[in-house]
Amino acid sequence: MEFAELIKTPRVDGVVLHRPFMPTVEGTLCLTGHHLILSSRQDNTEELWLLHANIDSTEKRFVGSLGTIIVKCKDLRVIQLDIPGMEECLNIASSIEALSTLDSVSLMYPFFYRPLFEVIEDGWQSFAPEESFRDLESMTDEWRLSEVNKDFSVCPSYPSLLTVPKDIDDESLCKAASFRHGGRFPVLSYYHKKNGMVMMRAAQPLTGTNGRRCKEDEKLINATLCAGKRGYIIDTRTIAVAQQAKARGGGFEQEANYPQWRRIHKAIERSNVLQDSLIKLVEACNDQSHSMDRWLSKLEASNWQSNVKEILTTACLAAQCIDREGASVLVHGTEGTDSTLQVTSLAQIILDPACRTIRGFEALIEREWLQAGHPFHQRCAQSAYSNGKPRSEAPVFLLFLDCVWQILRQFPCSFQFNENLLIMLFEHAYTSQFGTFLGNCVAERGKLQLSQKTVSLWSWVNRPQELERFLNPLYEPNNLVIWPSVAPQSLLLWEGVFLRWNRSTKCLDEAYQEMVHIIEYNKELQNKVNSLRRQLAQLETEDKMVADLK
Amino acid sequence: MEHIRTPKVEQVKLLDRFSNKSVTGTLHLTATHLIFVESNSTSAQEIWILHHHIASVEKLSLTTSGCPLLIQCRNFRLVHFVIPRERDCHDIYSSLLRLLRPVSYDELYAFSYNPKQNDQEREEGWQLIDLAAEFERMGVPCDQWQLTDVNREYKVCKTYPRDLYVPITASKPIIVGSSKFRSKGRFPVLTYFYQEKKAAVCRCSQPLSGFSARCLEDEHMLQAISKANHNSRYIYVMDTRPKLNALANRAAGKGYENEDNYSNIRFQFVGIENIHVMRGSLQKLLEVVGTRSLSMTDYLVGLENSGWLRHIKAIMDAAIFLAKAVTVEGASVLVHCSDGWDRTAQVCALGSLLMDPYYRTIKGFMVLIEKDWISFGHKFADRCDQLDPDPKEVSPIFTQFLECVWQLTEQFPQAFEFSEWFLIQIHEHVHSCQFGNFLGNSQRQREDLQLKERTYSLWAHLLSEKQNYLNPLFSPSVAESHPVLEPSTQAYHFKFWRNMYNQYDRSMHPRQSILKHVLTLQESKRELEGTVQALKTKLQKFGVSTSPLKPQTPPRERSLPPRPQSLILGAPLLSRKEVQQEEDKEVFGEEAREDAPASTGGERTVEGSSATENGYGELMGSFGSKNEPGVVTLEFGVARMTC
Repeated sequence: MEFAELIKTPRVDGVVLHRPFMPTVEGTLCLTGHHLILSSRQDNTEELWLLHANIDSTEKRFVGSLGTIIVKCKDLRVIQLDIPGMEECLNIASSIEALSTLDSVSLMYPFFYRPLFEVIEDGWQSFAPEESFRDLESMTDEWRLSEVNKDFSVCPSYPSLLTVPKDIDDESLCKAASFRHGGRFPVLSYYHKKNGMVMMRAAQPLTGTNGRRCKEDEKLINATLCAGKRGYIIDTRTIAVAQQAKARGGGFEQEANYPQWRRIHKAIERSNVLQDSLIKLVEACNDQSHSMDRWLSKLEASNWQSNVKEILTTACLAAQCIDREGASVLVHGTEGTDSTLQVTSLAQIILDPACRTIRGFEALIEREWLQAGHPFHQRCAQSAYSNGKPRSEAPVFLLFLDCVWQILRQFPCSFQFNENLLIMLFEHAYTSQFGTFLGNCVAERGKLQLSQKTVSLWSWVNRPQELERFLNPLYEPNNLVIWPSVAPQSLLLWEGVFLRWNRSTKCLDEAYQEMVHIIEYNKELQNKVNSLRRQLAQLETEDKMVADLK
Repeated sequence: MEHIRTPKVEQVKLLDRFSNKSVTGTLHLTATHLIFVESNSTSAQEIWILHHHIASVEKLSLTTSGCPLLIQCRNFRLVHFVIPRERDCHDIYSSLLRLLRPVSYDELYAFSYNPKQNDQEREEGWQLIDLAAEFERMGVPCDQWQLTDVNREYKVCKTYPRDLYVPITASKPIIVGSSKFRSKGRFPVLTYFYQEKKAAVCRCSQPLSGFSARCLEDEHMLQAISKANHNSRYIYVMDTRPKLNALANRAAGKGYENEDNYSNIRFQFVGIENIHVMRGSLQKLLEVVGTRSLSMTDYLVGLENSGWLRHIKAIMDAAIFLAKAVTVEGASVLVHCSDGWDRTAQVCALGSLLMDPYYRTIKGFMVLIEKDWISFGHKFADRCDQLDPDPKEVSPIFTQFLECVWQLTEQFPQAFEFSEWFLIQIHEHVHSCQFGNFLGNSQRQREDLQLKERTYSLWAHLLSEKQNYLNPLFSPSVAESHPVLEPSTQAYHFKFWRNMYNQYDRSMHPRQSILKHVLTLQESKRELEGTVQALKTKLQKFGVSTSPLKPQTPPRERSLPPRPQSLILGAPLLSRKEVQQEEDKEVFGEEAREDAPASTGGERTVEGSSATENGYGELMGSFGSKNEPGVVTLEFGVARMTC
């Protein structure tokens, strides 16, 4: 097969692996088509299995004939391999380089991965749009499922089935689509059961410099308003950026044409700025020599925490409009595939308790990210160590996960899942043995035949054995809207991701275990009390019956 | 009471610090407290502010709704009242000005505070901490260290305690001679003894060396300390000041040890800044975190510019240096700064806490504070502004120590018997002047004030509510296997202590607290274990009738408490208990329930949160509708249509 050509040296002995906070391992390094493997051939030492696709960048150094390769991974880990022999080292380095930058999606590991577990529930079938529409139907009859995009010709980045207002026919949808960037006409994102308000998402309207308008688009979004009610349009761009977009044919909804809507502009950053922010943050976190002042100034300069705050604030605002103001909301930015999805998905976590369960959270990611056409393949092609010119990489999804983590920190008893699930999703979005995050949209995934040729991440996560690791022992379901604080003092650096490889977590892990232990023991006691009481009650009734008989 | 002109003002508005919200209520002024009672009968929050906690009162210029009164407290609470009539405002203002500046110790709350204990209980409270016993625990006196009576009458050093421990080879003339060569007579004495390596931590003040002066007795003194430890040929002398400060002191006839004159010392500057820098730093920090609609950039830049975390890290670094020298090298260390009662106290206390697990228990932490801070003369009265003070003497030195301990609890969640609530509560009382422990500047002054006869001890009070301060994750076995803490001092491990400096800004706190949750579980664990036992007994001797229903719990008393509980300590523990009992009743009477009791504490706290409290709205407001009429404006944090 074609990988063999890329592997110049498949095996080197006497390689030493250095990882922070772990003992060094000496062993044999093997390169396969998809993995870099280091094995010491001793029973009790851990082997390293690293997907080539996880490698973000490499550096090599030579001291005499001893070569060193520093491997920087997309999950932010940095490892060092000492390889004896200059030639071997060069060979290994160039092989890794070639294998980790394969362009063709169909050569990716998910197409070769065969699960060692039995797939009980096929994750590819777990979250069908029809199913969530059935839930919606049970609450309201104002909406219908349209097949207008069944061949992806109206909007290439949308799924084939879309939820739209019942009174708008497919023809109008097509016209509205031609008025929106990338054909992303307004569709339903979330229905707030409590008051019947909705959140919709779209891409920017193509008003251009001469103020084009589209009656069908106006009618479409007005159809979601109750009589006499007003709605909010949340534009994730600043007014200045939105104005500039007009020159390129984009723009925003003019008051005159949308009199029932009030527009609010927020300032969520675009993709290349976010990528830069991630690179700076990780650089700051990895430099162990920083003084206090330098660290704080680097953290500030990365702007990462500002981005978290802005995204979270916008999501809270959307949720506030829906829940507190009783108004419907339309969210969009430019393309409607990045900041828009951050806002709509976070708002749902705030508003909808179902999204705080594992199943519900998976469904949310499926609905608001995968189906909604967030271009994972483009955005997650490179991570924080990419040194090439950025194309369209951006940590949009990671920022979303960071925001979820912030809410989880503030409401530690309101989520069925714990931090591990979020970290796992971050890893798999960037590199994975599963096909879930491959491709950029539903249409692409169909062409790649992912559901036939690869295993779904959900098939693996939802196995009881795996699920256990992601359960939050503190979870106590509540049906409330949870309003996080967005004050800077309340937002923390997500250490579980950004300092993950730079600190020893032994003490923290042990403390967590102790907490789990306390909770479990308490449950056990409660069960014991219940069973004893039942036993006692039974005996008492019998006793009473005997007494009555007498 | 003669200072109170207006004991009660109605229709006073209390404005929230970070949002535009306000509540209306009645303001009461008593001899000890300023009390605000909300009129709204359903929620009716009460705010009790002890006069001693008030750092400053400010009357702002008159507005249409009344006269604003801004009160800043030492426990980082900030309240903003609007009083309808200017005369009332002025009365309150001038009464407060007088009340918060007591002129004599007798006016302090501690002398009128009466927790309804008898004399014996009071005495027992004071006997809880016994420093002689503490030195015994460390293994002192021993063959190298002895108790000296040289300061029995406070003749050698007024600011030291009576009982001091010195090397056996340090004779009285040496001690006296050394004390004359040390600022304020604070000669080198033992504060901690690391038995395993026979290494000592000693403390003193700077030598009066000037540019060239030397003192043979002092040199002998250091030698005696060195000789008392056979494990090491040298001792470390840690000057905790920045070198520049120490140099400057030479011009005033003070300074630092010349290595040439002292044999076998290793001299080291540490670079902790002085009280004035620390005071300014906290001021800046508080300004930043008290800003409305603070942006992330301003927050991080402000945090950096305040230098606060840099100072915290400097103290931590010094303590780690001390602990390493003692535990790894087995060397004795002499610590000093200028007078040896601020930075020296910080470093000695924190260093000992790193070395000795005992100081990480509740009782041990009290002992540590009593030893290194109270008995060795940290000037609490001056630093904490207890009596009409010199503002230049005020400084958050002790607060920094508490914060260093908190930073450690973050890195070692299982190493401490207490939680951050304990630290916050101690901080509260260092400033409250409600208990006698922290009054005055030295032991001698405390004896003159007859505190043990006339006031109560904080430690007894804290121990009586110990369950509130426990760290449920504490593991004594971890302490056994890793007695010495080795914290990482990477900058990113130092975090802003929100629960201290924004402790009254509840909208910033997590809505559900893991600590509270696990504590509640620990509580219910004990109850459940009891129930299991009871049920088992019952089942054993079955045939005996079941126990009657528990009597109704009496309604909570609403009489005025001596002082309100701290906000963060709130009521949930209590309410949880009540609910638990109600559930018990239910289950006893009816059939047993399968499911675990639903959480109440959790939901309650969630409900407390609201969109408006968090001020996303304010950000909406900033959209300003100047260029676009009819955009959203905001009133009271809720988006409203303007057209």
